[in-house]
Amino acid sequence: MVKYETIIGLEVHIHLKTESKLFCGCSTEFGAAPNTHACPVCTGMPGILPVVNKKAVEYTIKSALALNCEVASRSIFARKNYFYPDLPKNYQISQYEEPLAQNGYLEIGTGSERKRVGITRINLEEDAGKLLHYIGSREIDGSLVDFNRCGVPLLEIVSSPDITSPEEAYTYLTTLKNIIRYLEVSDCDMEKGSLRCDANVSVRLAGKKKLGVKAEVKNMNSFRAIQKALEYEVKRQIKALESEERIIQETRLWDEKKERTYPMRSKEEAHDYRYFPEPDLVPLIVEKEWIENIRKTISELPDRRRERFIKEYKLSEYNAGVLTAEKALANYFEKVVKLYNNPKVVTNWVMVELLGRLNAVNKEVEESPVSPGQLAELLKLMEKGTISGKIAKTVFEEMFNSGKNPQVIVKEKKLVQITDEKEIGKIVEEVLKENPDAVEEYGKGKEKTIGHLVGQVMRKTQGKANPQLVNKILKEKLLKK
Amino acid sequence: MITKEEVEYVARLARLKLTKDEKEKYTKQLADILKYINKLNELDTEKVEPTSHVLRLSNVFREDKVRPSLKQEEILANAPQVESSHFKVKKVIE
Ligand SMILES: [Zn+2]
Repeated sequence: MVKYETIIGLEVHIHLKTESKLFCGCSTEFGAAPNTHACPVCTGMPGILPVVNKKAVEYTIKSALALNCEVASRSIFARKNYFYPDLPKNYQISQYEEPLAQNGYLEIGTGSERKRVGITRINLEEDAGKLLHYIGSREIDGSLVDFNRCGVPLLEIVSSPDITSPEEAYTYLTTLKNIIRYLEVSDCDMEKGSLRCDANVSVRLAGKKKLGVKAEVKNMNSFRAIQKALEYEVKRQIKALESEERIIQETRLWDEKKERTYPMRSKEEAHDYRYFPEPDLVPLIVEKEWIENIRKTISELPDRRRERFIKEYKLSEYNAGVLTAEKALANYFEKVVKLYNNPKVVTNWVMVELLGRLNAVNKEVEESPVSPGQLAELLKLMEKGTISGKIAKTVFEEMFNSGKNPQVIVKEKKLVQITDEKEIGKIVEEVLKENPDAVEEYGKGKEKTIGHLVGQVMRKTQGKANPQLVNKILKEKLLKK
Repeated sequence: MITKEEVEYVARLARLKLTKDEKEKYTKQLADILKYINKLNELDTEKVEPTSHVLRLSNVFREDKVRPSLKQEEILANAPQVESSHFKVKKVIE
């Protein structure tokens, strides 16, 4: 069998979470009424002058440092010239020669899968406006443009062609997203368009030096879609190679419904952007001191935190990975552990109960109706024996729905565990009287029937009886029969 | 030197429609300009940093503060056509 190698490079665009746009004071707020965040600067009126948003530069440097890049001591902006209705100036202010950062890497995967993917360069640039071809389901007899997004600061992160499978592309993207979100410089929300990704992919016979002809794949709206689009593309290219078809270098669009890529109707003109230095902007000089000050604002990143969780809390690699993927979740976990020092129990509750319920209602950890303090209180009630483990889950559900404190719920719903042996003894007697058959069978050596009897006691107490005590008392009384 | 094809190509990139006469005229004019500019190559710039800006300035920043944008109707007044508060243009489909 012939073996092929896949080579993938990813170009990721990320909206920086600044208040205002890159070169003007218009708001970057998402979801505002169309064309309400536009001004002469971001719509390219004559006579305007762009001025760089300092925070956008700082966010770029912060990201570059987290991605192990060299931050250029001097960098410049460039004009990328092309005509498209979403670009009112007819050029995009981007970077070409002398970008802000270069030559970094991102470490992805764990264990033996661990590897480095190079980051070729990081550019700071402005986004274009948004084009609309439909309103609802109605197709418009033209295209509509909203300039709210035009000029929003965008980080372009270009990877080296080091990625060797669609699955690895998925891992790269997830890792990158987690890091950027830890830095709090972007939400990286694909649904809101604050993260977009184009992929370059080619295949070649294993061992060949020369790269295959690549295709650029666009129009994917989730990380899974990117993975699927790449899987499709790899298959398509291998098939073409095997039937000795010629692969042409082209841009292809992903069709989510049909799960295939198709060639973009490209304009005849090969892209010739005629980059030149932006005369309206002066160079950026980044002093060492500035870099070091920004470096200090970078807190523990996901990889390190995961390693620390494994060591400090004795978590499995998998659990530590889940708990540290999102900064907010990791913070939540650590807050609970601080108040209730049993990492194993906390891990279980956060991963199963909390995450399960949050996912079901599509909420983020930050929006959790149950605070870390409240969860810790609940776990303490359980440890003290005030409530049983089973009841604790009921209480948690109620906490999640109402936001109430666990003590209040336990009191209101009278959920305190019954630990009084006399009281339990009474109920056990009742149950034994009502189930003579089971008692007889137990006497004949069918010890399994005790499970049925425990169940009856629990039902009579609405699950509040202490299960260990019920077991103990039942056995005692059965022995006397 | 510059060829007529190059002039046509550049005109196309700039969305300019040129007549036959204009093409000839610009081919000659652009060639003259390039020849003149090429004179600069006679200078030894070995030890000179490339200039990206004529001013000796760097790091001109603004703080990340939101300032009022234009009113929606003001910005839309520049649109060739308006539909649903958007600029409406000829259909572009990828
Ligand atoms: Zn603006």
